[in-house]
Amino acid sequence: MAIVQDSSVPKLGKRKSGAGSQTWRRYRKNKLAVFGLGFIGLLLLVSIFAPWLAPHNPFQSIKNAAGGLDIMAKPDSTYWLGTDSLGRDILSRLLYAGRVSLSVGIVSVTISTVLGILLGAVAGYYGKWADSIIMRVVDVVYCFPVMFLIITVSTLLKPSIYNVMIIIGLVSWTSTARLVRGEILRVRELEYVQASKALGVSDFSIILQHILPNIMAPILVQATLMTADAILTEAALSFLGVGVQQPTPSWGNMLNEAMSILVLRFKYWIWLYPGLAILLTVLSINFIGDGLRDALDPKLKGRK
Amino acid sequence: MIVQRYLVKRLLTTLPLLVGISLLTFFIMQITPGNPMQTMIDPRISTAELARAQERMGLNDPVIVQYFRWLGQIVQGNLGFTIKTGQSVAGMILERLPATLLLTVTAFLLSFIIGVPLGVYSATNKYTKRDYGLTVFSFIGISVPSFFFGIALIYLFAVKLNWFPTSGLATINLQGSSWAIFLDKLKHLVLPALVLALPNLAVIMRFTRSSMIEVLTHDYIRTAKAKGLGGSMVKYKHALRNAIIPVITLFGISIPTLFGGAYITETIFNWPGMGSLGIQAITAREYPIIMGLNLFTSMLVLLGNLTADVLYAVADPKIRLSK
Repeated sequence: MAIVQDSSVPKLGKRKSGAGSQTWRRYRKNKLAVFGLGFIGLLLLVSIFAPWLAPHNPFQSIKNAAGGLDIMAKPDSTYWLGTDSLGRDILSRLLYAGRVSLSVGIVSVTISTVLGILLGAVAGYYGKWADSIIMRVVDVVYCFPVMFLIITVSTLLKPSIYNVMIIIGLVSWTSTARLVRGEILRVRELEYVQASKALGVSDFSIILQHILPNIMAPILVQATLMTADAILTEAALSFLGVGVQQPTPSWGNMLNEAMSILVLRFKYWIWLYPGLAILLTVLSINFIGDGLRDALDPKLKGRK
Repeated sequence: MIVQRYLVKRLLTTLPLLVGISLLTFFIMQITPGNPMQTMIDPRISTAELARAQERMGLNDPVIVQYFRWLGQIVQGNLGFTIKTGQSVAGMILERLPATLLLTVTAFLLSFIIGVPLGVYSATNKYTKRDYGLTVFSFIGISVPSFFFGIALIYLFAVKLNWFPTSGLATINLQGSSWAIFLDKLKHLVLPALVLALPNLAVIMRFTRSSMIEVLTHDYIRTAKAKGLGGSMVKYKHALRNAIIPVITLFGISIPTLFGGAYITETIFNWPGMGSLGIQAITAREYPIIMGLNLFTSMLVLLGNLTADVLYAVADPKIRLSK
């Protein structure tokens, strides 16, 4: 075992650093992916510094000099993007809502990816009944319209941002599990895994040290694309009123105001900007995912 | 003969899924307020009768016994009664089914009728500006939230331009020829069907594009070209025929997406289908309706997947021979 590691570690390290810069070079060629990365980078910065950047308090209605509320005010020099039906500043709410979307995306995808890797690895590596049971569960979850399953469960629990994160995480591990299982089935019979097995390396460290690093690329791509889906799902839940609750702003619950025909018809700024924010964020993440796929696995280029 | 054997095999693999779906539904119902069996009792009966009915239904029996009894009711088509009005859930769902089917089937057809040709066009013009534009379009299609797209369409085409109505299934009390009534229904259908179709359309387009590009690299395409067949003959007869086969797998995948999407689309457009029934049930905390819908739609999805697989097996002999 010592011999195997001694000869493989330095080689692997060298190859990796070279591959890293090569990956970046390939990634850079994809203009859309670079745009996506730029936008998400900007969004991250803006979300982190939201308390300093927001011109007004996003949670409360603002009293003007006369003591009244500026309800549904048009965009002007005081309120750059206008105010909503309760007289809250839209720009400030947009900035704070970015925090919600990004954290829901990151937390729920972390949950689902860890679950997916775990269950997929068990199913793929051990096979037999473990495989059958896990894959049947995956099939069952596939049959349910996931959106409705999420809506159902989030109504059962008290709707909140934490429940949204957990529920999305718990129902969206299936595609990662399928992917990991497939990859492990492919890699399991390869010589280096067989060699480690023959040398008596435990199953756990074979999976963790030898198999996972080799299938990280598709998992990473999958996780990126799932972040986009998670953000869309959160927005839809909050739009329907079973996700993030007022007064916490979320792009989805901001858009909910457009269900009123008055707002839809005459107050476009209330629903247009949060909608564009969701669209641009999800689009950017999808661009990143696509760029990563091409950059990490040049073999797939042109086939996607 | 072989197709029949495949069909039997495929039906057998569907059985455990049915059991799984019913178990999951029953489990969720166990954690909802109210007992699943209790919802099977018509609530309009008196308290004395209720006690007897509860005894008869064995609400004190072990959970596993209750599950099988619940399953028995489901198989007989009893999805329970609503908490507040005591209506039959199965009846309510069936009443809403035609509207949802009209919407989902239209969206389904639209997404294939538009998606496949766009994908083929993209593939045969790959790496051109037009291909690039279509790729960006497909990315937007999978990224735009349906409620935002729906609202934007209503704002543009219903409020500003006044081309289509903002919501509903048809104009109430419309008098006129059957042609006028049909036209009115069609106008109501356009916007919601587009909203529901868009993400599916984008996926189909990208899938067709990659499938077509892959097929175009095969040797037999080169052979066909080498023996002097014209470009369009090769592209549309030889390549498209083979490229279209994997697209059939998207039939199955489309179905849960469309039914799931119907919840939001129907809510935005006030479309009186199963989706808006579901959202109303959620607002009113009518768990029997919610679970009935869950069960019903997942069965539809299962049926759709089965159909797609059988179609696939008929279209591609390699599948049914290898399994």
